[in-house]
Amino acid sequence: MSGSVVDNTVSSGNSSAAIPTDISGQILDLDEDDDLEVFSKDTTLTDGSSFNASMQTSPASMINQYKFEEDADTKDIFVTVDNPESHVTAIETYITYRVMTKTTRSEFDSSEFEVRRRYQDFLWLKGRLEEAHPTLIVHPLPEKFVVKGMVERFNEDFIETRRRALHRFLNKIAEHPIFSSSEDFKIFLTAASGELTSHKKQGPGFLSRMGDTVKAVAAAVRGVRNRPQEFTEMQEYVEAFSQKISSLDKVTQRIVREQKEYLEELKECGPTYALWSQSEEELAEPLKNVAGCVDRCCKETEEQVKNLSDQLIPVLHEYVLCADTLKAVLRRRDNIQADFEAKTEALATKKADRDTMRDDLDKAEDRLEWANNALKSDWTRWQKVMRTDLRSAFVDTAERNVSYYEKCLAVWESFLHSQRTDAEGNGKVDFS
Amino acid sequence: MRERERDAEQGDARNRTSLLKKMEISVAEAEKRTGKNAVNMQETYTVYLIETRPVDAASEGTNPVPDSLWRRYSEFEQLRNYLLVTYPFLVVPPLPEKRAEFVWHKLSADNMDPDFVERRRVGLENFLLRVASHPDLSTDKIFYSFLTEENGWKETVFETGFQAKADSRLKALNATFRVKNPDKRFAEMKHYGDELQSVISQLLRVRARAADRLYGVYKVHGNYGRVFSEWSAIEKEMGDGLQSAGHHMDAYAASVDDILEEEEHYADQLKEYLFYADALRAVCRKHELTQYELEMAAQDLTSKKQQREELATGTIRTFSLKGMTSKLFGQETPEQREAKLKMLETQIEEGEELVKERNGECEEFVKSAWVDIERFKEQKDHDLREALISYAIMQISMCKKGIQVWNNAKECFSKM
Repeated sequence: MSGSVVDNTVSSGNSSAAIPTDISGQILDLDEDDDLEVFSKDTTLTDGSSFNASMQTSPASMINQYKFEEDADTKDIFVTVDNPESHVTAIETYITYRVMTKTTRSEFDSSEFEVRRRYQDFLWLKGRLEEAHPTLIVHPLPEKFVVKGMVERFNEDFIETRRRALHRFLNKIAEHPIFSSSEDFKIFLTAASGELTSHKKQGPGFLSRMGDTVKAVAAAVRGVRNRPQEFTEMQEYVEAFSQKISSLDKVTQRIVREQKEYLEELKECGPTYALWSQSEEELAEPLKNVAGCVDRCCKETEEQVKNLSDQLIPVLHEYVLCADTLKAVLRRRDNIQADFEAKTEALATKKADRDTMRDDLDKAEDRLEWANNALKSDWTRWQKVMRTDLRSAFVDTAERNVSYYEKCLAVWESFLHSQRTDAEGNGKVDFS
Repeated sequence: MRERERDAEQGDARNRTSLLKKMEISVAEAEKRTGKNAVNMQETYTVYLIETRPVDAASEGTNPVPDSLWRRYSEFEQLRNYLLVTYPFLVVPPLPEKRAEFVWHKLSADNMDPDFVERRRVGLENFLLRVASHPDLSTDKIFYSFLTEENGWKETVFETGFQAKADSRLKALNATFRVKNPDKRFAEMKHYGDELQSVISQLLRVRARAADRLYGVYKVHGNYGRVFSEWSAIEKEMGDGLQSAGHHMDAYAASVDDILEEEEHYADQLKEYLFYADALRAVCRKHELTQYELEMAAQDLTSKKQQREELATGTIRTFSLKGMTSKLFGQETPEQREAKLKMLETQIEEGEELVKERNGECEEFVKSAWVDIERFKEQKDHDLREALISYAIMQISMCKKGIQVWNNAKECFSKM
């Protein structure tokens, strides 16, 4: 497993709820059961006494809460998504991507795997992970279809952008301490197409899924009464974060638009200087030179725009989707709490079936405890990952901008240099 | 940069006319005035301060108060019209534009806008220096009194009668006529003037649109500043890095104003030659006009000579109404014929004088005009090359600023 969990009950003054010390055993169990009610009532999971509403915010405690190593040297699974191919059948046309896995993990039968997957398969995997871990944060998938900008599904740029996003998605799953051990994930990476199809069919039956949905709706309608402060703070943060990251996405897209329009105008400059040079004698050479410089700057600008579109925008966009994921996760947690609250009330008011109801209540309590703890750990992990991702995306963008200006600078300096050597040769201009 | 250019212009050996050897010229300031105009209505206009200072005084280091007077744009126009009419064989330096053209949206097209006024001030100074450094124009008395006589100049220039000549000149230059044998060089120059005008217009248009777009790109980055700042408020460790990166984004957005102001200066240099192209074409047109007048006189002479021959020999080779009527209504008397012949002889004599005169004018014009055109070509090549170099320097400066800002931003981002 690529992550380990450290108990923090000792670390700082105001301690939060104890995090399960070792959840690896539980993880495998969970993945096999889609029905959340099959949680075992294991005391190592819960520690109701030290449940503290305040959220840990100091850096030290955040790190202590949930430490996991993501270093390259301890990484034992590598996943890549590439090689999109189009498939045509009588009914439809679709794209598959090659998913390659290299791993040293013992639970894998071999060390290398190569399979082909389509977008639907990724959707399925995501759904499975969300179902199994309603309060863990699953990295978002690229959207099904981009309506704005009228992108065609089979457009080269669209496919490439999607491929990159799918690659990031799988890597995020692989880097997640809990998801990476998911059986569904393993099957996704290794099973032949036929196997995968039949495994998919084994999922929770229609009725069972219906039941979950009904429960969720009922819980949502009920609403949660005593949401702990830390989750309210989380929600406020998510609201604000969602707004900010959406703004950044929009601003960046606007920059790309303006750059493209600038490029359109700039593209006419070079040819105009070239046209001028045709009427001139002495001036022909410097004018042609300037035309060349402007054209080269155009190329650099074009590349810079492409980089912005290919690198920064997809990352920002993913985090916009992340914000939605976070909201959904918080909602699900609320529902679990609402369910617990309802059952508590039921036990207090109803007289019949008290034993069953008590059982139900205990299970609901466990589930809530589990959900809260899982969310809190994953929240910390997510924040760290978000910080890393966005930091490197912006650093990358800044670097590319520097490189862009450096290249343009070189272009114009070479022009100056050529004029200097000309001028000093002819004794015409004094540059002192 | 302007100061240095002005000094360079005045100090350049090639431009050391005797006028500039004596005095330093500058248009130092601009001021708004209000007054009553010709139709007795209130108007606001701008006046420009022309300062002249004797050269030796400055080098002695005593720095006395310069002589100065105020002039408005319309007076500069009068001066130029006078010069155009008086020296039609010279490529007369142009004035800065009357109305702001080729503007990009943020730039004001308003004549009263301070930036426009400032650029006009520089353009007017440039005009005066161009005239002062021209070997022929710098010796003109009207020009000298424009620089030195505040009152009375208007009357003096009106007395030259240039206004009437200016009107007829314009009419003549715009008339359509066909020349049989224009000087090839002038025809080529006129064509070149057309091309230069067309290509510089196109360049100015494209440049203005690009400037507009570039402005947009930079300014949108200001939004990054705002959002980073807001985002930093909800983050703990990321807060400082985001906040300071935001400041750099604001700086980046703000930097475009200076960049584009400098580029306006480059545009002004191009505009000067756009208008110069017009002056060049005017000289070529004038040549065509003089050539045409010569050809007309020559044609007239030929036809008169032909008429004389016909009258003398009695043969009618060319069609004339007189000839036809005489055929129809009978021959004229010998006395009538004699009178006619005599008249023709006088006309032919006058015609030959006229042709000789016009031929001389033409040759004179071609000679002086071509000298000035060669001078102009050299000046143009030099100036425009300098302009291209200064454009490159501007681009370099812009790139350096960009490198600095984004390196700073990168540092802040890595602290996120």
